[in-house]
Amino acid sequence: MNNYYVWIAVAVIALITAMLRFLPFVVFNGNKKTPAIIEKLSKVLPYAVMGMLVVYCLKDTSFESVSGFLPQLIACMVVGVLYVWKRNTLISIVTGTVCYMIMVQMVF
Amino acid sequence: MLKKALTDTLPVMTGYLVLGFGFGIIMKTDGFGVLLTLAMSLFIYAGSVQYVAVGMLAGGAPLLVVGITTLVMNARHLFYGISMIDKYKNMGKCKPYLIFALTDETYSLVCNDDATIQKKDRKGYYLWVSLFNHMYWITGSLLGAVIGSVVKFNSEGIDFALTALFLTVFLEQWLSTKKHIPAIIGTGASLLCLLIFGRDNFLIPTMLVIAVSLCLYKEGVRHE
Repeated sequence: MNNYYVWIAVAVIALITAMLRFLPFVVFNGNKKTPAIIEKLSKVLPYAVMGMLVVYCLKDTSFESVSGFLPQLIACMVVGVLYVWKRNTLISIVTGTVCYMIMVQMVF
Repeated sequence: MLKKALTDTLPVMTGYLVLGFGFGIIMKTDGFGVLLTLAMSLFIYAGSVQYVAVGMLAGGAPLLVVGITTLVMNARHLFYGISMIDKYKNMGKCKPYLIFALTDETYSLVCNDDATIQKKDRKGYYLWVSLFNHMYWITGSLLGAVIGSVVKFNSEGIDFALTALFLTVFLEQWLSTKKHIPAIIGTGASLLCLLIFGRDNFLIPTMLVIAVSLCLYKEGVRHE
């Protein structure tokens, strides 16, 4: 494998990722007034994006067998119930993750 | 702010150390050096694309394919940028770093208006959160690349920590507002596109549906 190729490929990935991260800030720079539609989007996007990220994380869930979805379902319920009850991020995440690990390693 | 940033990033630390560790191990298994692993975690700093990149680099994928894959997988970062334009407006010298370090997980911590943080402390908080997360990711990858094969801890399933993190942020947002339409649009569009386009191709159509639906959504507009 060509050594140059690897480093150039890494540079390409780094540049494109950075470009995607910087683009909105460059296009809607401080001096001009941010268009109303973008301002509106920026207020509501976080709510929609979090839903998208949760679905993205669970995209490999499969309903063909019990072990394909039950650990995720139970662990998500543990996280959800604990969070609504205690409102403590750390407790919910740690308990949910430990439950999930026990289920995928020992039960299913 | 240092202490709050440290506490808030603990879930990310768990996830990043483990996922970074996994990345370090597969880099090593595929014969790449520690320096390349470090460079990737330092300069790319995007988990899912780094995982996919290992296979592409090892297989010698054409640069065009590498580029397009990165573009498609990371397009969601455009959304993070758009929603942080105002918040990152007066960040001074650290603004470029804050923008560079805006990963899914960092975004999930900085996108909310945390009432417990005063306005003057925001900058420090954003910076520490971004720095800590970046350090966790780099540390995890380096550990994986260096001592990966020695450790025998069964970590299967520990990556659920990140799913759990997003879920708690989602719930916090849900409980803190009466307007649930954007959250429903986001989740619904994702599920719908996942069903139609499948797990490997649903992000871009989802983003388009979300962007169009939210533009048409009226209630979110502030009346001044």
